[in-house]
This record gives sequence, C-alpha cells and structure tokens, in this order.
Amino acid sequence: MTMLTFLIPVALFLGGLGLVAFLWALRSGQYEDLDGSAERILIDDADVPPGRADQAGR
Amino acid sequence: MSCCAPGIEGAADIDAMTAPSREEMRLASRSVAPGVQQVDLAVPDVHCAACIQTIEQALSRLPGVISARVNLSTKRVGLRWTADQQPPAVFETLDRLGYRAHLFDFSGDQADTTLSELIRAVAVAGFAASNIMLLSVSVWSGADAATRDLFHWLSALIAIPALVFAGRIYFRSAWSALRHGRMNMDVPIAIGVSLAYAMSLYETITHGQHAYFDAAVSLLFFLLIGRTLDHVMRERARVAVNGLRRLAARGATLLRADGSRDFVPVEEIETGDTILLAPGDRVPVDAVVRDGRSEVDCSLVSGESDPQAAGPGMRIVAGTMNLTGSLTVVAVAAARDSFLAEMVRLMEAAEGGRARYRRIADRASALYSPVVHLTALLTFLGWMAVSGDWHRSLTIAIAVLIITCPCALGLAVPIVQVVAARRLFERGIMVRDGSAMERLAEVDTVVFDKTGTLTLGSPRLANVDAIDGDHLAIAGALAAHSRHPAARAIGEAAGARRAVAAFAEVREIPGCGLEAQADGHRWRLGRAEWACDSGDDTADAAGPVLSRDGVLLAVFACEDRLRPDAASTVSALAADGLPVEMLSGDREAVARGVAIELGIDKVEAGVLPAGKQKRIAQLAQEGHRVLMVGDGLNDTPALAAAHVSMAPATAADVGRNAADFVFLRSSLSAIPFAVDVSRRAGRLIRQNLAFAIAYNAVAVPIAILGHVTPLVAAIAMSTSSIVVIVNALRLTAGGAAVPAVPLRRVAAPGLRGAVA
Repeated sequence: MTMLTFLIPVALFLGGLGLVAFLWALRSGQYEDLDGSAERILIDDADVPPGRADQAGR
Repeated sequence: MSCCAPGIEGAADIDAMTAPSREEMRLASRSVAPGVQQVDLAVPDVHCAACIQTIEQALSRLPGVISARVNLSTKRVGLRWTADQQPPAVFETLDRLGYRAHLFDFSGDQADTTLSELIRAVAVAGFAASNIMLLSVSVWSGADAATRDLFHWLSALIAIPALVFAGRIYFRSAWSALRHGRMNMDVPIAIGVSLAYAMSLYETITHGQHAYFDAAVSLLFFLLIGRTLDHVMRERARVAVNGLRRLAARGATLLRADGSRDFVPVEEIETGDTILLAPGDRVPVDAVVRDGRSEVDCSLVSGESDPQAAGPGMRIVAGTMNLTGSLTVVAVAAARDSFLAEMVRLMEAAEGGRARYRRIADRASALYSPVVHLTALLTFLGWMAVSGDWHRSLTIAIAVLIITCPCALGLAVPIVQVVAARRLFERGIMVRDGSAMERLAEVDTVVFDKTGTLTLGSPRLANVDAIDGDHLAIAGALAAHSRHPAARAIGEAAGARRAVAAFAEVREIPGCGLEAQADGHRWRLGRAEWACDSGDDTADAAGPVLSRDGVLLAVFACEDRLRPDAASTVSALAADGLPVEMLSGDREAVARGVAIELGIDKVEAGVLPAGKQKRIAQLAQEGHRVLMVGDGLNDTPALAAAHVSMAPATAADVGRNAADFVFLRSSLSAIPFAVDVSRRAGRLIRQNLAFAIAYNAVAVPIAILGHVTPLVAAIAMSTSSIVVIVNALRLTAGGAAVPAVPLRRVAAPGLRGAVA
C-alpha cells in the first residue's frame, strides 16, 4: 500500500507528460505537414543560417 | 523541374489559363501582422523534397517576400510579403519552374479548429481511459476494500477532465438536438455517460463495490475516434476540392469616366460600369459589348461546345470566357443579379433529395434512443416492484444504459464510410460526406450532361496523321499565340516540334484567325475563307486551315473528344440496371451524335438550366432516385435537385460546391466505381447495424437480470467495437479480390487510363 503512494503519482505524471507533449506538438503545428516533414530531412542545406540562404544555392 | 513529372496527379486537366493578376492576388490575400500580407496558393504538382527546395528558394529570392513555406500534405504554398510593396511575381516564377499554381480560396478555416478540438479530446480521453482501465484491472483482480476505494477515487479524479474536455462535444450536440425537439445518437451517449459517472461517484462515496468510470471514459474514447475519422475524411475532401482552380472571376478592370483604370472586386461592379476584358478573362457580370471583337467560350455556361462570336451590341453572360480579342463591355447587371447568382438561386430553391434524406445513423438513433431509455426505465420500475431496493434498481437500470450505449452503433456507420471514402480517395474521387454515399447506393437512374462531362470540353486535333510534320510545327508555333480552343488543340498536337520559321508580329484577328510574317511570307491560321485566296477549291473546309501567302497547306479537323471510358462507363451502368439519360444545352445534332456514339437512347438537347432541373424533378416525381453528373453552371440547379450528384474537377466553382462527389481524374470510370463502393459500404453498414442489434439482444437481457458488472461491460463494449471495425476493414481487403459483376470490368482499364 505504501508504494502505491508514490508509484501512482509517478505513473500519472509520466502519462500526463506524454499527453502534454502531444498537445504541445499539436499546438506548435508539427502535425500540419507530415509528408513535408518526411521529405524535408532530405534537403541538404537545412542547417544554413536563414540569413545566408541566398548564397546556399543548390 | 521535371523530376516529378507534373500532371501525373491529374488534379485537373484544366491547362494554362491566365495567371491571376497581381491585383487579384492582393484581393485574395489577408493581413497576418501589421505590414505583412499572406496569400495561399494551391500548387498541385509539388511532390518531393526537391520541389519544396526549388520553390522555397526561388520564391524567397523575390523582392518583398518575407517567407515562403511549402506544405506538401495539402500541396499549398503560404507566401508572406511586405504589404507596402507590389505583390511579388509568384505565378510567373512558379510557371518558369514548371509548376501550375492558383490562388487558394480562403473561405472556411473554422473546420480546422474543429479537427484540433477533436484530436485534443481524443488525446485526453485516451489518456484517461488507459489510466482508469489500469486501475480498474487491479480492482477486478481483487484489490482489498481500502485499495479499491482509493482506486475508485483516483479514477473519479482522472475521469473529470475527460468528461469536461472530451464529453462536452457530446453534451453540446445532445443539448442542441434536444432543444430543437430532435433525437440524435449523442443524446443516449450523453445521458449514459453522465448517469454512469454520477452513480459511480455515489458508489465511491458509499464505499460500494462497482464503479463504471472505465466504462464511461472508454466509451467516450471509442466514440471520439469514430467521430474524428469521420471529420478527417470530410476535411480532406473539402481541402482537395477547394484547392482546385477557381473559375469565377474575382475582380475586373474598370475603365472610369476620366480614363483611369481600377481593379475592383466583382461585388463592387455596378450597372453601367465599363469593364475591360483581356483575352483569357472570365466575364464577371452580365454585360453588353461596346467595343471590340472577340469570341467567347460558353461551354461552362450553356454547354455549347463551339465558341460564340462577340461584337458590339451583343450581350454576354457572367461566367463565359473571352477568348481571342480585347473587349470593352458595359455591365447590365450587378454581380448579385447576374447569371451566376441566378444559378445559385435556382440551386438553392432546388434542394432535392438531399434535404429530404435522413442518414441511416439518424434513422437508427431515432428508433434506438427511445427504446433504450424505455428499457432502462422499465428495468428500474421492475426491480423496484420486485425488490423495493431503489439503490439496486437504479444500479441495474444504469448498467442497462451503459451496456446499450451505442458504442458499436456510433462506430458502425462512420467507420465504414471512412474506409469507403479512403478507397474512393485513392482513385481520385472526393466525397462530401457520408450521407452522399448512402444516397449513391440507392440510385436507379443516371443523367449526364454532355459538354465537359461526357466529353472533355476542349477539342483535340483528330487528323494529326494526315498533316505534314513541318506544317504542324508551324501551325503549332502560330497557335501558341491564341486561346481559341481550336488553336489550343493544334498547339497541343504540335507539342515540342520545332518550327523552322521565325515569326515576326503575330496578330490575332477575332473571328478569323492568326496572321504572321516570316521570311517574307504571310502565314495564316484560321477560317478557310479568310486564310485562302478566293477561288481555292478547299475553301469550304470545316476546320481551321494553315495557308502561306493565300495558298492552302493543311486542313485541321478538331473535334471534342469523349472522355476516356465514356462508352464503357455508359454500358457498364446500363448493364448494372441503371438507365442512362443525357441532357445537353448544346445543339441537337451535336448532342445526338455523341449519344449515338455512346449508346444513350434518351437525349434532350438545347435544354435550359431550369429545364434540366425540371427534368430531374419530373424523374424524382416518378419515384426515381437520380444521379446527376454535370460540370457547367447550367447544370448546377440540376445537380442540387438530384438525389445525388457528381462533378468533374474541371466543373465551375458553383457546380463543384453543389456536387456530392468530385472526381479529379479525367476517366469516367469513377462513376461506376463510386456506385460500386457505395453499395458495398451500404451492405457493410447494414451488417454492422445488424451486429449491433444482435449484440444488444444478447447483452440487454443479461443487464436487465442484473448480472452486468463493470468487468462484463468493459469486455462487451470493447469486443463489439472491435468486431465492427474489423468488419468495416473488409471493404479494403475484399475489394480487389471479389470479382463483382459488370462494374468491375471497367475498373481496371480506368485505372490505367488515369495513370497514363
């Protein structure tokens, strides 16, 4: 019975953490373009600072 | 950018019309921040990472552009630019890169918030359901009294956010139904869930043994999944249809009395205003020509396949397209009184089978809810009479409510429709909602429009083989300067052939054709009596001709081509017991010819829009359920009057919005395919409903006798949901294998035709 007092809060907290993470991802638009995100990892110069994107060329 | 072979998607084979002007872009844009304008463009050809990169880099280099972001899932580009500058030359840039783009009609964004609300609700309900279920399992496996009470209290706490957040969708809908004196599926759900929670709370306070928190929350979870899927299906169809090119004019260039020019939205055009129409412009309002000569394309408006000549004094109606010359016209009606608005009014007045039709789920719930509530009430009264223990009687009555809660019923219909919509989507067919599929399954007559529906609506060169390759190339190079349908057909046939001559000063003479000078020769492409010197024996040639210094070189025969599979579609529908009719606004002879070629017996030609609607209403009165397939503005009232309607992606905006189904590829085999899928979906829905009834027939007596514990309820509910979902998935699994009667036959070539 005593371990329940910390195991249950821990379980709920972890579950809640997952829920919050999901809601955050949803809110920040990470589900807006799933196909695009999958393709964008193939773009090479994604790590060029935005200001120099012009010189990056192809 | 050819890596992605634009065009394979076949989102719509409407080819190069004029790109929207910058003024039009400004009208379509919206302010997202002070000094920042955003516009959304639909770019159907975006395919891969390279496309994203090319477009984003090219667009962000344009002056004034703040950001350009491609969304590959929706095939849209969001573009922001500084408001005080001219809108950037986006369309020209995209065109140069090889992407067709058009302005996105930005009308309804409130649906997106519904989706995110649903997803959040599913997440919360899922979290609550899994945690409560874990706690419940330990209770069922025999926790001692103190632990059980603790777990019940915890469950009650976890259930609160789920009820508030996820449950309110149902409470809201049930409340609005009740307030209007109606019943829907959400009423028994809302009552069942809230009663179950209230009773479980009472049990928890009085240290009782059975709490139904898990049942209440997992019920919400399952039902929300069904509802979310249903919403996703509709949303996807909506986005895909909205992403198509907008065919109505958004604005027009007015010529003021002082000679200045203004680009104004269509709604602001008043009677008497003078409008300048460049070739390729859509006529914004009904008008009379003041100056200029041209030809106008009326195919979307009247169904006539040949362009009409337009000169001073002639009246032209809104929605037609100016083809060859510039026109100055005077508006004779404001937008709200124009032909387009009249069609919308006819359409709204029509409201045929759609308004009368009640969805299967609604019909089922209208019967279901009273029966369930009566059963629960009788159970309560019965147990009161037998035992006199009100607590026990109430517990059993609520158990009856929970076990009959339409979990399977709530999933039975939407899950099948979602799976069916997915099958249709893969074949390029968009479904507006589930009720459209239910109605399509009942159809017993099919009515077609001709121009643009059975035919492609744009002519093709019929005698390519008979024409000398060099002549074709020259004609193609000349034709590139015109928007006339026949010139387009020649240009298309000439394709990539290089012309030997370099043309100087190409002129288009409206009503006659094109003229150009090259190497001291005068080339003409157009009407025979104009292009050839008189006395030539072939001057009576029907189609356009190519001539050099008045000497005939080649005669082109252009004809409106039938859609691929038009004939096999008609025969497949007929073989399936669906009589086919054709209603056309075109001339008798043309309509008759197409009908004979396709084997359609019943034809009415020269029909006005109201006439089409009347014919549909007449068929409906005779007890027929009509599927109307049409694309033009003149079909719109008929589309709305029919029991169910389909339109190709090339249809006018109003028609597309009136139709229940929109098919994106050019093959007509979409129609028998959609009928087939809808019928099979209808069968699966009935099976699912039958299963739900059988489940209740078994479970309700057990519940009435008082043998239902939370464990039994959880098992029964989950099992029934899973059975219903698995049954719905048979639609995808069985589809390819089952050699269903004649309808299947056209399905295979249709697929090839669509890809080719």
